[in-house]
Amino acid sequence: MTIAATPTQVPVNVDNDKCIAEKGCTVCVDVCPLDVLAIDMLTKKAFMKFDECWYCLPCETDCPTGAVSVSIPYLLR
Amino acid sequence: MKRIDMEFDLVVIGGGTGGPMAAVKAKEKNPKLRVLLIDKANVKRSGAISMGMDGLNNAVIPGHATPEQYVKEITIANDGIVDQEAVMAYAANSFDMINELDRWGVKFEKDETGDYAVRKVHHLGSYVLPMPEGHHMKKILYRQLKKARVEVTNRVVVTRVLTGASGEVVAVMGFDCRTADVYVIKTRAAVISTGAAGRIGLPASGYLMGTYENPTNCGDGHAMAYHAGADLANLECFQINPLIKDYNGPACAYVTGPFGGFTANSKGERFIECDYWSGQMMMEFHNELEGGNGPVFLKLDHLAEETIQEIETILHTNERPSRGRFHEKRGNDYRSQMVEMHISEIGFCSGHSASGIHVNALGETSVAGLYAAGDCASVPHNYMLGAFVYGRLCGENAAAYCAEHGQGAVDAGDVAAEEARILAPLGRTDGLTPFQIEYKTRRLVNDYLQPPKITRKYEIALRRFDEIREDAEAMFAGNPHELMRAMEAHSILDCAEMAARASMFRTESRWGLYHYYVDHPERDDDNWFCHSLLSKGADGAMQMRKKAVEPYIVAIDDEERSAYQRLRVARSAEAA
Repeated sequence: MTIAATPTQVPVNVDNDKCIAEKGCTVCVDVCPLDVLAIDMLTKKAFMKFDECWYCLPCETDCPTGAVSVSIPYLLR
Repeated sequence: MKRIDMEFDLVVIGGGTGGPMAAVKAKEKNPKLRVLLIDKANVKRSGAISMGMDGLNNAVIPGHATPEQYVKEITIANDGIVDQEAVMAYAANSFDMINELDRWGVKFEKDETGDYAVRKVHHLGSYVLPMPEGHHMKKILYRQLKKARVEVTNRVVVTRVLTGASGEVVAVMGFDCRTADVYVIKTRAAVISTGAAGRIGLPASGYLMGTYENPTNCGDGHAMAYHAGADLANLECFQINPLIKDYNGPACAYVTGPFGGFTANSKGERFIECDYWSGQMMMEFHNELEGGNGPVFLKLDHLAEETIQEIETILHTNERPSRGRFHEKRGNDYRSQMVEMHISEIGFCSGHSASGIHVNALGETSVAGLYAAGDCASVPHNYMLGAFVYGRLCGENAAAYCAEHGQGAVDAGDVAAEEARILAPLGRTDGLTPFQIEYKTRRLVNDYLQPPKITRKYEIALRRFDEIREDAEAMFAGNPHELMRAMEAHSILDCAEMAARASMFRTESRWGLYHYYVDHPERDDDNWFCHSLLSKGADGAMQMRKKAVEPYIVAIDDEERSAYQRLRVARSAEAA
């Protein structure tokens, strides 16, 4: 295996106190056009799994509890 | 990983704009038809209008414009290379579609008498209709899909359209981007509505998904049409758009133009007469950007406070709503300074230019049973409303086709070969990542294919693309998500080669910056007043041929013919 994992700060931030994924909510994961959000199996909260963001905002707009916030990716800020 | 077999009468590939319309209209035409709408994202928020749209850019509304005027405008804007019948099929159905959308609940801007409030942006006529609450567009479409009982499958990436013994559509194949289950869907007809090929070039920021187009729109549809044997038209007529520097949002022509905003050089001077996006306009933009008066800016700082507030409300809630936070971070306020602009990466997008899967006025491609609508099809300057109109035409005509054609036999060998191709990257434990293959392809597209086009650079690009093709055979995907990126990388590579081959074929310059070919700098109507068609040859390689421009149904006089060639503001006026 010759594959590296390169860390990067992701543009989508989830407030774990507000996120209700443990109650079965998957709205942000469902609406993301690029399918880059997922539910963490340990914390039961949503998180950005892949840094492939179009900063288009359905995740933030459609989140029922206002837990998701999107910033412009650092490379274009 | 399972294999999932399904059977439908019609499969619509891509649930953004034209796709939902095609599916709904096919069901309205024949409610018994088994119609599947399939999307690699979620139809609720997929495609170019994921967050809505701020207006119609090409509304043909009685009292403001006629279909004939519109056909004329687009013929001139596209340097004469148009199938006027196909443009007319859009224009003649434009007003009915607006009224239908109005009935569905889309809120268009109207004046005090209830008439549509049309604005002038184009060089000659008036076609822009604002939609201040256009962010509801996807919800409205979704409601219609439910009402028409269209079956929807999300998160399935379609990779190929399979054809039968006489070259007709018999099935589509793909995989689930979360489970890697392989889908084999028998069908009599298919509509491709996969949007632009917007992930061929690399944005100047270097951020892979910072593209102008929704990055899901990576050219899957163009690649699957090509491999199914369809013709693709005028691919050398690239899409290149004027955008906010580093941000993927447009701003000027359609939204701020009618309010008095305009494109300016570094001295704050207007240098183009008309901000409507055309190749000639982009050429002037490029000249100003690269010349001593660059960079180029969007100028709004001369406008009144309430006007700027209105512009902000539209721009920061529709289509690209993260625009406000981008400006905020840079300390950029429309009131106090001009906003720096730049040129987008290249792509194929008939919505703004003219390149795409070749279709006629019925939405038919050159493959029996295969239709295409929206940004991926070849009808020029079609925009969102064109995607809706051609979605409707494709849906209705595909339904009629299904009434007369049965299900063709699917070759088991074809299915096995495609299944093996899809699953190969998952079967490896090591290799190049999809990111590496994609990044390198797109970086080379920027280095070698971005206009001005130069033959020697294009030859180098083709050689390098061949090398990447070999490398891509060893791509490794660690999970179904990466598998999606791997298969997309193949589509991107196909599109990059198509862009190169089509550009080298047309040995003239046309469409301003879109096809500015330095080795052949002049427009050559004697030899090149024609479409170019790209298709897959018998040897499996890309082949090019000319296609005569269809006889005009709306005559163009000489004075009008060159209207878009005279976009630069005359300097004598400034001296006076």
